[in-house]
Order: sequence, then C-alpha cells, then structure tokens
Amino acid sequence: MDVIEEGIGRLLTDPDPDNAREFFRKKSRKMVDKVMSLKDAIARFVHDGDYLAIGGFGAIRTPIAACHEIVRQGRKNMGFAGHTSTHDFEVLSAGEVFNRVDIAYIIGLEARGLSPCARRYMESGKVEITEWTNYSLAARLKAAAMGVPFVPTRNVLGTDTFHYSAGKVVKCPFTGKRLMLQPALYPDVSVIHVHEADIYGNSRIKGITISDLDLARATKRLIITTERLISNDEIRRDPSLTSIPFYLVDAVCEVRYGAYPGNMPYEYFSDEEHLQEWLKAERDPDAFKEFLKLNIYDCKDHAEYIELHGGIKRMNELRAKEFLIHKEVNND
Amino acid sequence: MTNYNVMEMMITVAARELEDGATVGVGTGAPCAAAMLAQKTGSPNLVIMFEAGGVSPLLPEMPISVGDSRTFYKAVMASGMCDIMETCCRGFVDYTFLGGAQIDMYGNLNSTRIGPDHQRPKVRFPGSGGANDFASFCWRMMVITPQDKRRFVEKVDFITTPGWLEGGDSRAKSGLPLGAGPYKIITNMGVMDFEPETKRMRVVSINPGYSFKDIQDNCGFELLKAPKMAETKPPTDKELSILRNEVDPYRYIIGR
Repeated sequence: MDVIEEGIGRLLTDPDPDNAREFFRKKSRKMVDKVMSLKDAIARFVHDGDYLAIGGFGAIRTPIAACHEIVRQGRKNMGFAGHTSTHDFEVLSAGEVFNRVDIAYIIGLEARGLSPCARRYMESGKVEITEWTNYSLAARLKAAAMGVPFVPTRNVLGTDTFHYSAGKVVKCPFTGKRLMLQPALYPDVSVIHVHEADIYGNSRIKGITISDLDLARATKRLIITTERLISNDEIRRDPSLTSIPFYLVDAVCEVRYGAYPGNMPYEYFSDEEHLQEWLKAERDPDAFKEFLKLNIYDCKDHAEYIELHGGIKRMNELRAKEFLIHKEVNND
Repeated sequence: MTNYNVMEMMITVAARELEDGATVGVGTGAPCAAAMLAQKTGSPNLVIMFEAGGVSPLLPEMPISVGDSRTFYKAVMASGMCDIMETCCRGFVDYTFLGGAQIDMYGNLNSTRIGPDHQRPKVRFPGSGGANDFASFCWRMMVITPQDKRRFVEKVDFITTPGWLEGGDSRAKSGLPLGAGPYKIITNMGVMDFEPETKRMRVVSINPGYSFKDIQDNCGFELLKAPKMAETKPPTDKELSILRNEVDPYRYIIGR
C-alpha cells in the first residue's frame, strides 16, 4: 500500500502495537482491591507530560470530579484527546493542563455556546494542535483496542481537516479506492465515569457508550470513577452487563455525582444554570480566577463542590429532571 | 397570511425534505427541531440517529447535547460513536444536517478557524466534531443557515467538512463514498441545491417577500439559477401549531 498523501499534523502518540504490547505484558492482571480516593488515584496514575483521554461525551457521563482533581493537583504539559470534549475541556483549559491536543471537537459546549476561557487558551499559541474528527478519534481508539497500528476509514478525505491531521491516504489493495488510515491512539492514562463498579474495577455503563469501550481497552492506565460500588457477586450475577473488565483498570474511586454539573444518564440531568455560571464567569479573566479558586482550588473534593451548589436538594432536583418528573409536577 | 418567523420557516422547509421511513443523523438546534417536526407531520417513521449512540428515540423535548439522556429516551438502542458512524459509512443513513461559520459555492463548510495561522488562529471554532464524518457518509447533506455575505464566501478559510470540494467530479476522485454529498441549503431567503455537472450552488426556491437579487446580494459568490425557480411554500397553520406547541414549546430554537 503506497502512501498517496500525508497530513502535516504531528502524531502526538506512538501507534506501534508492539510497544503497547510490551506495556500491557507488564500490567498486573491480579484481581485485587483497587479502591482508593480520587486524590490518590490522580496522584499515582496521572503524571505531568502524560497523554490523557477523558471518557463520556463532554458533559454526559464525563468524570468532571477527576478533571477538577487534575487541575487542583496542577498537572501540566499533558497531551489531550479532544473527542467531543466540552465541559471537561473547559475545566482542563482553565488549569492550562495540556500543551498539545488531538482535536475533534473542543471549545464549544454544543447548544450552550463557546467557552471564552478555552477559546483564549487555544488562540494563545501555547497549545500544539493536530486536527481529526469525532469518528477519526473513535476509530484511532478502536485500532489501539484491536492491537493494530491503524484502521482504514472513508471520512476526512479531500479536506483541510485531513491536511492538518497526522493521517495518511493510501490506495486500497483490493479495490483501488483511496482510504484514510487512522493511526492507533494509545493514551497513557484515561478516566471513565461509570454507573457501577466492584472493588476490582469490573464496571457497568448504562445507556450510550460513546467511545468508552474502545478507550478502556486502548489506554495504558485506567482510572474508573463510579457513582456506586457494588459487590463482585452482583457483577457475577449478570456478566452481560459488564462493559469494562477488572484487568484493564488501575484504580476505582467511588465518586457520587462524579459527572456533575454534567448529565449522568438514569441518575441526574445536567445543571444548566451552573454550566451557564461557568460561561459567564469566564468572560472576565480576573473574575474567573476567583471563580476557579472557589469552585476548584479551595474545594477539598467533589463533595464540597456539590455542597457549594445546592447539595442533596439540588441533586434531587436534577434527578427529577433526568426522569422528566419535573414536567409532571409543573403540569407542563 | 399567517405570521411566522425566519427560524420557523427554515425548520418547516427542512422538515418537509425528510420523507417517511428515511434515516437522518442530526445535531442539536434547528436540525433536531426539523426532524421532530417531520415525525409529527408527514413522517412518523423517520429514524433519528445521534452520533454519540442514540438510535430512534421518542424525543420528549429538545436535547441540549447530541449525547444527553434525551437522545436515547425510549430509544430502540443506546449504542456508541463507531456504531453510528459505521452505519452511516455502510450507506444506511439518508440525510444529515450540518452548519458552519462559512460555506462556499460547493457546499464546503468551515467550523475550524478564521485566519491563516493554524497553530495560532485569529478565531478558533470547535472543529469538525462529527460533521466531517456525517458529510462524508450520509447520502444527502443539508445546511440550515442565515443568508449572509460573511457566511457565504468565495473561499472558506478552512475546509472542515466536505461539500462537493472543487466541484465537478473532484469529490468522487477524493475517495469519499460515491453518490453522497450536499443536497439542499436552506436559508431565511430561499433554498439552494447544486447544479448536477459543475456542483455549483443554485437557487431553486425563493421565500415569500424575497427576490433572487436579495439572495445574491447576501452571498459572497455568484449563484446559479435553477431552470425553474419556485416560491417556497410558507409554513401552514398546522405545521406552525405543532412546531410551537409540541416541538419547541419553550422557544429555545424558534425564539432565536
């Protein structure tokens, strides 16, 4: 397969599956208790300079508690997978955690608007960027999960998105068609928020999985934050519900409301008012420093952040909103 | 004549394009409103798909994100990104709606940046998201956007998402799936499609109260005229009533 065309973006991670195999060969397969505090998990497994990926979909089942902790601990110079990264990107930008990004979707919060803080950071020239698309990054994770150096796809061809990517176009040896090759993406460390996990890391996700099944398999180190710990007996009662097996997992952190202020399907809806407070506070960089101090740096942990924004009462309101009970109550 | 606003007009025109039994990949905002309106008018069996994994939900209200709980509320399946995009790539998805900061005469879209320096852009936008993927794979790509000279430009600063690329057969030569591409551009002033040979944008329908000149004056490149330009049919009372009372009662989209 001869290369016809190459993107000029830099490949930010090593796509070599044998290097990844060497890493996975040494990774523990022991089914041991991996429960620890989120603070300890971030301290042990997330290092300056690492390439980081965050599970979920921006503000849906996203481990926001972990993003806060990464910022609180002052991680710097990280690589980052911007795979529909919305509120997580906003938080990590606020901490200037990363200096290089694989971009599929950043800065925006979908229908909510654009993050002024993330935009300032991305327009500052401090961040090296390589362009991709959502499916490109999903396919790159899939290639890594397969243990192969790339997968071919048919998107991106003919565009500037390709030109600024680190992909390559080849001629298909079977059909002669031009194909985009998506290089495998093996993150150094990832965090995925799940509904339920046991102490070993066997995890259950309800609802859409986005790219998390491949991400869990592609990443070298994996931190699971979970709404609830459940027993191993419960996991074994119905193994068809397990989407992430224990041997992929390095740490299990029980973080109730760990996706707040994002949406956790079947648990709580997003806190749109608080997400708007973020966007508003970011307009003035000085005021935003105060906002960050209050909401991240001066909070001991996620529980304190939750208390700051209405505690159990607010969480119950968001639960009602998730299940559309608020509509019945208001008769609209 | 019934009173309606620009957004209501565009959503209604878009909804009429979606025939019963078709599949559509949508984002939030106007496209989602159009798909919901189509389901409640002539196309109850329209299958809505969201890139994060939601398949055929019974949308209880307008989603805020293409992955939020509403996008798989009472859905037939809660899947993932690869499954949805690969379903599109296999040729199973008929329509998609996209947007961008800029569009050119071939329907190429820019949602990445303004300015020449890629590493230090004058204005940075979110990037492709799933737009490039949907536009590459879905059979017919449509755009709902205001008619504005700053949006309809001779040359986009960055081709994030493929239209007909450089026109003619350039899209087919690029390796993108054959037969898929931009189909209709729906604006507040009219509807455009693409001339079959050159793939250049042309006006097919003009909204009540506007002329071809109005559309051309608000477009940064020369528009072609379809052999027969029609007047766009405004929203009916029934369409407006469903849109206002059932699709977007809080006027999130139609109030913009």
